[in-house]
Amino acid sequence: MTGTDTGAATVTAAALALGDDALILSHRLGEWAGHAPVLEEEVALANIALDLLGQARILLSMVGDEDELAFLREERSFRNLQLVEQPNGDFAHTIARQLYFSVHQHELYAELARGEGPFAPLAAKAVKETAYHRDHAEQWTLRLGDGTEESRARMQAALQALWKFTGELFQPVEGLGGVDWAALEERWLAALTDVVERAGLTLPEGPRTGAWAAGAGRQGLHTESFGRMLAEMQHLHRSHPGASW
Amino acid sequence: MVAVTPETGPDTALGTDGTDGTGMTATADLGAQLAAAFDAAVAADERVEPRDWMPEQYRATLVRQMAQHAHSEIIGMQPEANWITRAPSLRRKAILMAKVQDEAGHGLYLYSAAETLGTSRDELLDKLHSGKQKYSSIFNYPTLTWADVGAIGWLVDGAAITNQVPICRCSYGPYARAMVRICKEESFHQRQGFELLMALSKGTEEQHAMAQDAVNRWWWPSLMMFGPPDDESAHSAQSMAWRIKRHSNDELRQRFVDIAVPQAESLGLTLPDPDLKWNEERGHHDFGAIDWAEFWDVLKGNGPCNEQRIGQRRRAHEEGAWVRDAAAAYAQKQAAQQAAKHAGANEEARV
Repeated sequence: MTGTDTGAATVTAAALALGDDALILSHRLGEWAGHAPVLEEEVALANIALDLLGQARILLSMVGDEDELAFLREERSFRNLQLVEQPNGDFAHTIARQLYFSVHQHELYAELARGEGPFAPLAAKAVKETAYHRDHAEQWTLRLGDGTEESRARMQAALQALWKFTGELFQPVEGLGGVDWAALEERWLAALTDVVERAGLTLPEGPRTGAWAAGAGRQGLHTESFGRMLAEMQHLHRSHPGASW
Repeated sequence: MVAVTPETGPDTALGTDGTDGTGMTATADLGAQLAAAFDAAVAADERVEPRDWMPEQYRATLVRQMAQHAHSEIIGMQPEANWITRAPSLRRKAILMAKVQDEAGHGLYLYSAAETLGTSRDELLDKLHSGKQKYSSIFNYPTLTWADVGAIGWLVDGAAITNQVPICRCSYGPYARAMVRICKEESFHQRQGFELLMALSKGTEEQHAMAQDAVNRWWWPSLMMFGPPDDESAHSAQSMAWRIKRHSNDELRQRFVDIAVPQAESLGLTLPDPDLKWNEERGHHDFGAIDWAEFWDVLKGNGPCNEQRIGQRRRAHEEGAWVRDAAAAYAQKQAAQQAAKHAGANEEARV
């Protein structure tokens, strides 16, 4: 059985973790609006951002008021992975971030959708969206890896730069006790190995967890750029306490 | 539109200059016949399709107008995208992201529609980036507060709809069809903008003031969106004859004012024009003089954001060049592999 820790506190913890992942990655993707390399990607990146925002709203609403949670929590209270808060960088970094996260999210939601826990209904819907996100990231990994010399170098550098944030994807999340995290990680690694090889790239080496990630995002420890991101995201809402929009 | 297809059959290749290689007199006759048939068909409200004969000037006018429209969609993403990362609620954030995404989609339809006239998106983008083609001047104004997102939806999209609904009946088929879909989405955006302003107007004192300030700043530029007065409009007369355009600038402007005034009242906001009042005799609202000096100045490049908007567009394009190059190189390699595979299979079949 998957996702069967139905105690209220653990459901809250899991909804926050998954909801914050979606909320924060959606925000980062939203930063691309008006800056994408080609018009089709303006549409695609916005589409993914909107899917993630929709997921975030459902998940945060399982915990409380979505806007209070998004706009009034301090940095240390956010439970998202450090991976999703990483700045966009160039297009290759955005794609590498999408690839690492989307494969993970797709595999995780597929597993949750098969279970009977409180996240099954959401996961059943979201798994279709994440399948598209995953395909988008894989297709671009192939294009960039097997495109030009420059794109190959950029994609390889991006995979390398974000590699150290991928260990956290498989830290067990409180409230998702039924998930087999080791098996999830194996599937993720197999999928990554496959697409990276087809793209003519190499899977990065080096540690995927370590002192920099002690506790990490799931425990509310984030990277420096995250605070600035939140300042921008929350500023207007916080400037008008109690107002409705 | 069959009426203007040369009698020799729909696929007869006529040079774009009207030559058919049969000698001057025949050419001149045929050219005149085609032109007359074209004019008659347009006058009868028939649609012109991409493979139909059309006057070169008609083609050029459409390319210019459709390109400008497409450019306006993609430049228009910027002032609103400016607020995506600061949207004050998740619901508003979703609405705004979807709206900006729609604009990218409109850009795609319009560039595709323009391509049916023998140009390409790349060529048109180059002309935008080099300043040879323009976009709507309205986007050279800044979005200073959250309420500007609402004012753009209500006023700027409202003005755009007033301008664009008649284009759904434009004589050029692909443009008219693209506009049907675009207008549906634009009217959705306009209602969202109105609803955003309503929430602010009925909100706290600060929110109400924010809404009023935004309307004050966007009202006059919105009226300028209909273009110069009829007697100064360079392209109007011919475009009307060709049914690319159906109403004059001043007619459309008046229609917009008449629609906006009661909407402002229901929003509980005022419009910044002391001369605005109902004229019983005309059956329309009178309104104050538009500052055309400002209009021409912004058009010439001296608006608050001209350099910023085109600068961001160029930067996105330049910084994205390596991505587009990679996609093109990848597609080429894939095609070559497919061809090799195909050739191999044929070879085997022969053996």
